[in-house]
Amino acid sequence: MSRTRDPAATPPAVDLDAASSEPLHPAARETLLAALEQGYADPRRLHRPGRSARLLLDNARAVVAENLGVRPDEVSFTGSGTEAVHRGLLGLVRGHRTGTGEVVHAALEHAAVRHAVTWGGRTSQVPVDRLGRVDLDALRNAAARPGVSAVAVQTANHEVGTVQPVAELDLPAGVPLFTDACASMGRLPLPTGWDAAAGSAHKWGGPAGVGVLLVRKGARWRNPFPGDDRVDERVAGFENVPAALAAAAALQAVVAEREETSRRQAALIARIREQVARIPDVEVVGDPDRRLPHLVTFSCLYLDGEALVHRLERAGFGVASGSACAASTLEPSQVLSAMGTLTHGNVRVSLTRGTTGADVDRLLGVLPDLVAGMRAELDL
Amino acid sequence: MSPELEIDCRGMRCPMPVIELARRFGEVPVGGVVALVATDVAARVDVSAWCRMRGQEYVGEDAAADGTPRYLVRRVS
Repeated sequence: MSRTRDPAATPPAVDLDAASSEPLHPAARETLLAALEQGYADPRRLHRPGRSARLLLDNARAVVAENLGVRPDEVSFTGSGTEAVHRGLLGLVRGHRTGTGEVVHAALEHAAVRHAVTWGGRTSQVPVDRLGRVDLDALRNAAARPGVSAVAVQTANHEVGTVQPVAELDLPAGVPLFTDACASMGRLPLPTGWDAAAGSAHKWGGPAGVGVLLVRKGARWRNPFPGDDRVDERVAGFENVPAALAAAAALQAVVAEREETSRRQAALIARIREQVARIPDVEVVGDPDRRLPHLVTFSCLYLDGEALVHRLERAGFGVASGSACAASTLEPSQVLSAMGTLTHGNVRVSLTRGTTGADVDRLLGVLPDLVAGMRAELDL
Repeated sequence: MSPELEIDCRGMRCPMPVIELARRFGEVPVGGVVALVATDVAARVDVSAWCRMRGQEYVGEDAAADGTPRYLVRRVS
């Protein structure tokens, strides 16, 4: 097979979809390769290879705990962020003594939360405002009703970047809080105030296939799924020791670099927000201040989100879209609908740690003409 | 509510209903009401968002004779 490529016709692709998955951090790669050799054995066994694997697993747990500001015995490794969400939330529901399975949650929670509630509880949605901020009075009122088993509020929204005041929710006593921290873990300090939380390693530059489940010491949490006789009673199955260690190494690296990375990314995102807002009939969505540093979402009136993604791909940029026009469900994005913002023509730009100012400038250079050109084809 | 113009967007998928609204909105005079009948669930959010972005008035939602949702927009400029 011959592969010819005209560099002038096809600009080098810039990955602007870190919110879906951040490229593997060099620290994770190095650790993963070393741990593949040393961490293959069963960490429950008492022989030398087993003890080596156990040491690496305990080390991964300690590093994650230190970088999230939690206790090592509060950290479990799961097979994905989604699994961590399912176990974290449903474990609180199962552990609640008087609850009837009702879960009060913000209308824009990730699908992992919404599916978990549908599967193992009853949903009670609380509205959000135009910026994606949860209605705190409505949340407290709903949480105070008898029968509520748990409240779920994400740390930050995966589609629009709005950060929720998780530490300031002031919920009624006895109602546990689950927070889905998948979008923010590593990028923002973990808030306090939760009983269980979840994160996802590939979103901070660790390998895919590693989730982090956090259960507070003393929280009423009961395993909602079949148990296992492994190292950690909150999860099941043979531990992926090398990947957990690589995830921990990546987390340590991104937390160490966080201040610098966040400042740089927030400035680039502010530039995108400002420039994109000048394009006619384009709405920048999400909270302008309390937001994730690396992510911005905007919607272009009249345009098909998937078509926009393809045009941007041809222009050399890989972005995501929350628009459902062409998605399998045909349901509009739950997040955009809940906020009452346009559900079509949506583009999410999320910076990787390697995204440069030049990348952003080039994107901002092509975007106005690209949008205008697509609209011209519509014969409005 | 008896609108000056009813646009039939049954069977159209987003963003087509909003495009049709933009195409035909000028047919009603300022002060007039356009009704957009759409089966696409996204139209519920998108028509009101269109009004906000284009400075028009979203009047609300009722239903066509066959029960299909109908979204009402008053032209203010």
